[in-house]
This record gives sequence, C-alpha cells and structure tokens, in this order.
Amino acid sequence: MGRRSTSAAAAVVMVAGLAAACGSDDGTPTLTWYINPDNGGQVELAQRCTEAADGEYRIQTSLLPREASAQREQLARRLAANDSSIDIISLDPPFIPEFAEAGFLAEIPDDVADTVTENVVQGAIDGATWRDELVAVPFWANTQLLWYRRSVAEAAGLDPENEPVTWQQVIDAAQSQDKFLGVQGIRAEALTVWINALVTSAGGEILENPEAPADQVQLGLESEAGQAAAQVIEDIARNGLGGPGLANQDENGAMLQFQGDQGSFMVNWPFVWAATLAGVEGGNLDQSLVDDIGWALYPAVAEGEETRPPYGGINLGIGAFSEHPDFALEAAECIVTPENQAYYMVTNGNPASNTEAYDDPEVRETFPMADLIRESLEVAAPRPQTPYYNEVSSGLQSTWHPPSSVSPGSSPEEATTLITEVLKGERLL
Amino acid sequence: MSVTEAPDSVGSAAAQPAPATDRARAERRLGWYLAGPAFVVMLLVTAYPIAQAFYESLFKFRLTDPDAREFNWLNNYLVVLSDGVWWQAVGVTVLITVITVAIEAILGFALALVMHRALTTLRPILRTAILVPYAIITVVSAFAWFYAFDINSGFVNSWFGWLPGISENTNWFGEFGTSVTVIIASEIWKTTPFISLLLLAGLAQVPEELQEAAKVDGATWWQRMYKVTIPNMKAAIMVALLFRTLDAFRIFDNVFIMTQGANDTEVVSFLAYRQTISRLEIGLGSAVSVLLFLCVVLISFLFIKLFKVDLASARGER
Repeated sequence: MGRRSTSAAAAVVMVAGLAAACGSDDGTPTLTWYINPDNGGQVELAQRCTEAADGEYRIQTSLLPREASAQREQLARRLAANDSSIDIISLDPPFIPEFAEAGFLAEIPDDVADTVTENVVQGAIDGATWRDELVAVPFWANTQLLWYRRSVAEAAGLDPENEPVTWQQVIDAAQSQDKFLGVQGIRAEALTVWINALVTSAGGEILENPEAPADQVQLGLESEAGQAAAQVIEDIARNGLGGPGLANQDENGAMLQFQGDQGSFMVNWPFVWAATLAGVEGGNLDQSLVDDIGWALYPAVAEGEETRPPYGGINLGIGAFSEHPDFALEAAECIVTPENQAYYMVTNGNPASNTEAYDDPEVRETFPMADLIRESLEVAAPRPQTPYYNEVSSGLQSTWHPPSSVSPGSSPEEATTLITEVLKGERLL
Repeated sequence: MSVTEAPDSVGSAAAQPAPATDRARAERRLGWYLAGPAFVVMLLVTAYPIAQAFYESLFKFRLTDPDAREFNWLNNYLVVLSDGVWWQAVGVTVLITVITVAIEAILGFALALVMHRALTTLRPILRTAILVPYAIITVVSAFAWFYAFDINSGFVNSWFGWLPGISENTNWFGEFGTSVTVIIASEIWKTTPFISLLLLAGLAQVPEELQEAAKVDGATWWQRMYKVTIPNMKAAIMVALLFRTLDAFRIFDNVFIMTQGANDTEVVSFLAYRQTISRLEIGLGSAVSVLLFLCVVLISFLFIKLFKVDLASARGER
C-alpha cells in the first residue's frame, strides 16, 4: 500500500514536471536557449533573465555537444527542418555566416543592434556581422595569449611581458632550454585557429574574398604570409618542440604539457588560468607553478609586425523559426549585460566581449591579466567569415596535418588546390 | 582419407519445384500472412531510405542552400569515383576488414572450441566471460581503447614500455600504422565473441557419430579437425565470415572516436558521414552512401555465389 501511494505520487510529480517544461500550464511562453557546455554559467544566466522578465517569459536551456563542429551539425540539421523550438542559440562565430546566409537567424533590429554593440570589442562585433548587418548578439569573446614559465623565459633571456616576442624567439628559447612548446597540432578546429593566427599575423588572409560564392572563392595561402605560417609549424614539428603528442594535441593536452616539467611557452585560451588555479586548489598542482606562470600578447611572426591573436567566443543568434522572436531578443539583451558578462567571466573563465565588464572588481581580482585579454581582443583576427567555413577549415586540417608533414614549399599549395576544388564541388573532403 | 560430410548438412541447390497442391498453396499463403508484416516493415525502414538516398544522390544539394538544388544526373558519382580520397578510404576499409575478419575467424574458432569442449559446470561462466566485450557498446569500447593508448592518459605506454618499439613517447594516434593497429585491435576485441558464437552453433551441428567413426579409423586430432569438423560446419563458417565481413566493412565508431579520420585512417562510412553530416552536402554524401551500399551488396554476392554460402542450411532448415 505504502509503496503504491509513493509511486503514484512520483508519477504525479513527473507529469507535473513535464507539463511545466512545456510551459503550457499557465500560458507563459518558454524560450529554449541552446547552449554549449560550460561550468553552469549559462544555466544561471537563464535563471537570472527569467527572473528579470518578471513572468513575461521563461528561459530554459538545452545542451549542445562539446565539439564546436558537432554543435553546428546539430543546429544546422534542426534549423534546416524549421525547428521552432530554437529561440536563442549560443553560436561559435565562424559558423555565423553560414547560418545567416541560409536564413537560419532572425533579423536584429537596428535599435537592438546599437544597444548590444555599445562598448563591445571590435573583434566580437565583426564576428557577429555578416554582409554589413549585425546578425547575432555578441556575448563572450575569447582570445589566445602567450603563457610562459617565467623561469624558462628568464634562463633563455626573454622578457615577453615587456618586449613583444616573435615565434622565432619562442622557438629558439624552448630549443635552447630543451623544453616543449605548447601548440595545438590536433586535426581539429584548434589547428585551424593556429594556422589562421599565423597567417594573419604574417599579414595575410586565408581567404581573400570570403563573401564570394563557393566557386569564386580565392585563397591567400600561396603567399609570403602562407609560407611564413607553414615555416613556423615546420620549425616546431621538425625539431620535436611540440612534444611527442603534437599530432593529436588539443588545448587541454597543451595545458597539461605546459604544467609539467617540460613546459616552457604555450599559446592558449584564458581557460588555462582558471584551470590551473583550480588544480592548485584541488591539490593536484603546486602553488609554485602558478607563481612561475607569466602571460603576454600572442607572438608575432616577424619582428616589428603586429600580432593578430586568435578570436573565438560565443555569440547569441535568434532562431529564425522561433515563435517568440521578440521575447528571444529581449532575453538575449538581458543575457549580455555587462554585469552578466562579468559574472560569466569570473565563474566560468570566459572573457567578456563588453569592455565595461573588465572594470568589474571581481574580474580584475580573478584575472590579473584582464587588461591584456582586452588588449588582445582589440587586435584579434577572426577566422575566415564565409558560409563555407566548414570546407575551408576541414580542407586546411586535412592538408596541414600532421604538423610534421607541413612545409612552406608544398602545404600552402596543397591546401589551396584541395579547398578550391572542394568548393567547386569537384572533390570529396 | 576422404572428406566426410553429413548427407544433409549442405542443401542441394537444384531442388525441382513440385506441382502445387491446395495444401501447398494454403501454406504459402499462411507464410505470406506471417512474414508479410515484417516484409512491409523492412520495405519501410530499408528499401525506402535506400531509394531516397539514390534519388538524392542525383542532385547537387546542400542543406543550408536548398534553393540552389539542381538535378545533375550521375555527376556526384563521377566526382566520388574520380577522387583519390574515395579509393584511399576503400583501401583502408578493405585492409581493416581483411585483417580483422581473418584474425577473428581463427580466434573465434579457438574460443568456440573451448566453449564447446568445456565442462558443463564451467560452460555458462566461460560463455559469459567471452561474451562480455560484445555486450559493450562500440562507442564505449572505442573510448576505452582510445584512453588506454592515448599519450596523455593511457597506461599502455608505461605498462608495455619494455617492449621494443614502445616507449613513453609513443604517440599511437600520431601516424597511420599505429592508429590502424589500435583500431583493428579494438575491433577484434569487440566482435570476436560474435563470430565465436556463430561458430559454436556450427560446431554443435557436427554429428558426433562421424567424429567417433574417424576416431575408430585412427584419425589424429588434426585429421578429425580438417576432414570431419571443418567440412561439416562449412556453412556456419561461411555465414559467420559473411556477417562479420559486412559488419567490418561498415566500421565507423572506432575511427570516429580515435582519429576522426586523421593520419589517412578515413574509412568509407566516415567519408559518407563527413559529406552528409559535416558538409551538409546531401547529394554528394548520398552518392557515397549508395556506393557503400553497392560494396556491401557486392561482398554478399561474392560470398553467396563464389563461396556458395547457404543461409538456409546454416540455420538448420535443410
């Protein structure tokens, strides 16, 4: 008897829960925000903005896969089928042109565009723009820094904090100290991020006319910049500076190597700082490691030239088939307020796109390098803004991998041929 | 000593159809009633998607650009078949298939013999133990093998560092040979139980009298194996090989988890996935899928016609 009433009660609770999830019981519209995995920050922001909406609407979150490419695959399939359950989307910037061109994103009115771009770093605005129109709301903006072990840099006679360094200097320093250099050589998006930063830092572009139709896209790799980029990768890979696992080293792998005895310099996103602090707190890492870590602007390719660090992050798209686009826009505006961005940066380690957030005392306390991150974001270069980004990125990854096979003489040409033919529909990928 | 076969173990292919009586017609009708629903379901879930894929493969069609969809005859097939990437993927797939099936057949047969001959008390435990890998989801087993061999998290390098060619710096997923070795090993570990189960069923069909007669004739263990056991379970062996070959040719999970096609480990299923799901090129991807389907049909055809696999006799129907 007792067991039966318990299970009946459980059933009632479950049914009630389901009804609440549909949002149909009291007529309050429920917005669904498709989020990328993080440390719970977006769920909290959804909660905050639901409260701020004061009963007008509710925001629930739905989790996307971990890999950016898998997020895109799921969203594209759903949106191609006119999925009206997608109201707000956490979108990786490189895929925004493709989604905008396919009509998957709702328009953003000018007044909203003005509000959400106020005090926002240029890189994040560029990343949310397609054909001169803002098509997504800038949320958080990521950039890579040069992280280094102070002891190693000192021994090698480098002072990256005060004097900008070049890749050649970093390579020589790691080599002279017999240490590993932290880069991302895995056949994944991380490799494209690295190649793009190298090519743009050398003054070039992977695509010369990214907005062109597929069969007219021109690649800029067969240039001095493309060769310089390949040269850096070749130098690191051929000398074994990337460590034994370079060919499948991602951001996390590079961080682990950097934290070890062989660590010297590393290019990586700021999450490594939060992760290292957490490692010390958890007792897995020593405080002396944290004291030994320094940070500086991403290395330049040639001395005296400006560096163009990678730009990443997440922008918020509004689903074109949403039943409540107005509420979704309102919710997006709420999510990206400077206060919320500061909260997100402090708790989840993801840098704000709004410069105001960097004045937040908590941000400054948690991220001693906050000003550097902001500075890096101002000069960061986005990856090619094209609706065919997936083809460009995958084509680069298949021709410039493994890193030990990269050579200035052949790799730029191979990538150009493959990507051009793939875009014309003449090749498989 | 000549090959000894049980008279009914391999069915005769040239059975003449007898004139249908009322009873035979009624039985045939009943057969259709019984099999009909399953047949309709099969049409819906297999024939329809295959037809749809073939139809889509005749178009230039990108999911994010539906307005530009255009009919382009067999051009997609031309693109696929004239591309080295396709042939490379076919080569890798065939390599993985041949090696895994060959090793699994030998290993599976040995395990089947052990299970067949094991004491009655041990048999259930033994069968369960052998079946455990097959009960594990392929993606899960792929992750387990990946993490075991991964240079950062794996234990293989530190445990087997004393073997020549393995050191703590061996990057298993850094080049073709080592990547494919791990993929093949994982595949063998996972599916050998399947083949050994099918072979165990075949072993059970070998008449005990023949074995005893051979023993009386003074045949050694090896002679009985080659002249009695294997010829009598040929149908079961061929069916096991056919099923495993078809399965192995469609390998996807291990490659997807371990290398994502890096180091030239791209296989045909993965190529179809990349075109259809990643590139959203439905036309081109469908063409790859149809070609994969044709490869599978070809393998079945070769097995059934050349090796004379008889599915009915393997099931003990004739």
